[in-house]
Amino acid sequence: MKIQTLGKMSGAQALIETLQREGVEVVFGLPGGANIPIYDVLYDYQNLGYTPPDYRGIRHILVRHEQSAAHMADGFARVSGKAGVCIATSGPGATNLMTGLATAYMDSSPVVAITGQVPSFVIGSDAFQETDVIGMATSVTKYTFQPLRVREIPYAIKAAFYLAVARRPQPVLVDIPKDVQQGEDDVEFPDHIDFPNYQPLPDPDPTIIKTIARTMLGAQRPIILAGGGVKIANAYHELQALAELIVAPVATSFMGKGAFPENHPLALGCMGMHGSERTNKIIPECDVLFAIGSRFSDRTTGKMEKFAPNTKVIHIDADRAEIGKNYKAPVVSLVADAKKALQALIGEVQVELMGQHREAWVKRVQEVMVMAGTEFDGNGSRLSGAETVKMIRRFIPSKAIVTTEVGQHQMWCEQHFQVIEPGTFFSSGGLGTMGFGFPAALGAKVARPEVPVIDIAGDGSFRMTENSLATSVEEQIPVTVIILNNSMLGMVAQWQRFFYNRRYSGVQLGRSPDFVKLAQAYGAEGVRVDTIPELEAAVNRAIRSPVTTVIDVPISPEENVLPMLPPGAGIREMIVG
Amino acid sequence: MSQDTQLRIISALVEHKPGVLFRITNLIRRKSFNIESIAVGPAETPGCARMTFTMFSDYNRFDQVLKNIDRLIDVRSVSPLEERSATIRELALIKFSPGFPAMRPEIMNYIETFRGNIVDVSPDTLTVEVSGDPDKINAFIKLAGNFGLKEVARTGAVALSREIVPSESAAKW
Repeated sequence: MKIQTLGKMSGAQALIETLQREGVEVVFGLPGGANIPIYDVLYDYQNLGYTPPDYRGIRHILVRHEQSAAHMADGFARVSGKAGVCIATSGPGATNLMTGLATAYMDSSPVVAITGQVPSFVIGSDAFQETDVIGMATSVTKYTFQPLRVREIPYAIKAAFYLAVARRPQPVLVDIPKDVQQGEDDVEFPDHIDFPNYQPLPDPDPTIIKTIARTMLGAQRPIILAGGGVKIANAYHELQALAELIVAPVATSFMGKGAFPENHPLALGCMGMHGSERTNKIIPECDVLFAIGSRFSDRTTGKMEKFAPNTKVIHIDADRAEIGKNYKAPVVSLVADAKKALQALIGEVQVELMGQHREAWVKRVQEVMVMAGTEFDGNGSRLSGAETVKMIRRFIPSKAIVTTEVGQHQMWCEQHFQVIEPGTFFSSGGLGTMGFGFPAALGAKVARPEVPVIDIAGDGSFRMTENSLATSVEEQIPVTVIILNNSMLGMVAQWQRFFYNRRYSGVQLGRSPDFVKLAQAYGAEGVRVDTIPELEAAVNRAIRSPVTTVIDVPISPEENVLPMLPPGAGIREMIVG
Repeated sequence: MSQDTQLRIISALVEHKPGVLFRITNLIRRKSFNIESIAVGPAETPGCARMTFTMFSDYNRFDQVLKNIDRLIDVRSVSPLEERSATIRELALIKFSPGFPAMRPEIMNYIETFRGNIVDVSPDTLTVEVSGDPDKINAFIKLAGNFGLKEVARTGAVALSREIVPSESAAKW
């Protein structure tokens, strides 16, 4: 292990120096009493605006609420593939991070959270703004560190970056007491840390790869189920190559949406609760289901007992604990990185691919999938949410990155927003966090400033983190927010309509605020549109605007997301209308 | 609970440092298990501790807990142990308060049968140490119920795998 010593420095300096060494260029955060020493060091490193190539600086992006800092770091991580960093103070600062960390944890996103803590000598005394952050964060992080000496900081930070991305990416939290930030010591920087208990994933076992290849090639009616793991492993091209090679249709989970180009002839789109009815119908017909990077969540499979009971399931995942968790008995399973596993399989099937004919199956799939003209149940004077989402696809380039909030608009995106290019669609699928989409869009824009970024939102969700408008304006991170505004917590209202006899309880949001004025109050652009041509003009302007634009689209409060798989139903038992 | 619900044993070799026990028990709690017993102490490797947990579970859920423990950063290794293929021992201290002196000889009789030791005596009480398979301890405590059982303290099972696994018919203890 090579170690470099830079002489005496404070804990806060050691922290920032280590971040630099890890290649961190941007952090999202908010200062407070217990992390002022960190902000004091950032003062020297900070540069406002953009980072010239040779400038050794860290851009600090000031949030207005720590939840948004975590979501921004998460959005940055999902788009860049690198760990995203957020900073908060002790107590309320740290507790505000938790929703964002839980979101990243559920969707396997590498976020490194750095929290200030009260001085080590008062920890446990219920000091001002003290919270047991380690205790709170343990359930929503892969690991937590609390360095108690200055010299431990570089190790903790370096380890945090390693652990956050290793194997299955997940958040890691480093909690640094204020006296440790302030203390000075001779600090050493390790250039490598070995975790004997947590090694990177081994290469895929060739014997298992052979078995999987044989099972897939022997299949008469194979389907590939791609989950979020394919996107995380950046295995888009490998997935497409394999599907084309063995002529297997590809369905995705919601988290896997966009892992496979949705305009591809072999694309089945999303399956599950609000997946395509056609996809859900055909899944039980396959004889081999090749699942990669998916955890068979209840939203993907419906009632497990009725999910493809006569199908042989192959399960590949980066996390051994996912094998056998929800889907109990795969015929073959492999713990591996999705990209490496797909590469190995491509090599293997190329060797074996001989006389593969699946014409009957492909014909059957195409029959089922044939696009019937989609009907939208818009209500006269108002736009339909589903149709609006479909139109947005036409108005933005295929390279544009789209995030969503959580609710009806999200599920309309699942059904009607076709994702074409790799790495262009991100949503909170696991935790279902309202308020994720907007700050995540800002994080995405910071990671890829050259691409338009659009948050497709609902009026309920947007309000949860709307204060990030201030961040987007002040830090000059222009994105487009399109609010499908039904003045309702629409998804809950839909459940009340279907399953609670239209007893609308606690779902009416009323007409406030006026989102156009709200945007303008923050210095952003605001515009309301009532027709598709107006929407087109507004989107065109917004994605080129140097300032964030909020487009308010009033839609009918009664519109449903259909089809829908009722809770507890089998995958073929969808409500269609 | 499924058909194959039974007492299951986990043996884990872990880093001996603060927070590790919390991480493991927190994980088991998240999976909604009640820990039947737990025993922790330094292991053969310096800086490592061995933890032994027992819990009632079916196989599938138990397998999930094992895999989740295995992926914890501070866990070096973890393995399930079965009663048949492991040596399992527990120690219990049992305090009696016999209502009348005539009971004492009978208690002494049982202590001898169970190879227990008397470790503390007072005019009104008697404290006994018993060790062995958890079933043996259960049996002794059940008997003790008839003789003025006052307090019980148990260490929880500790276990190590057997090098030679006995056949099905071999005696348990």
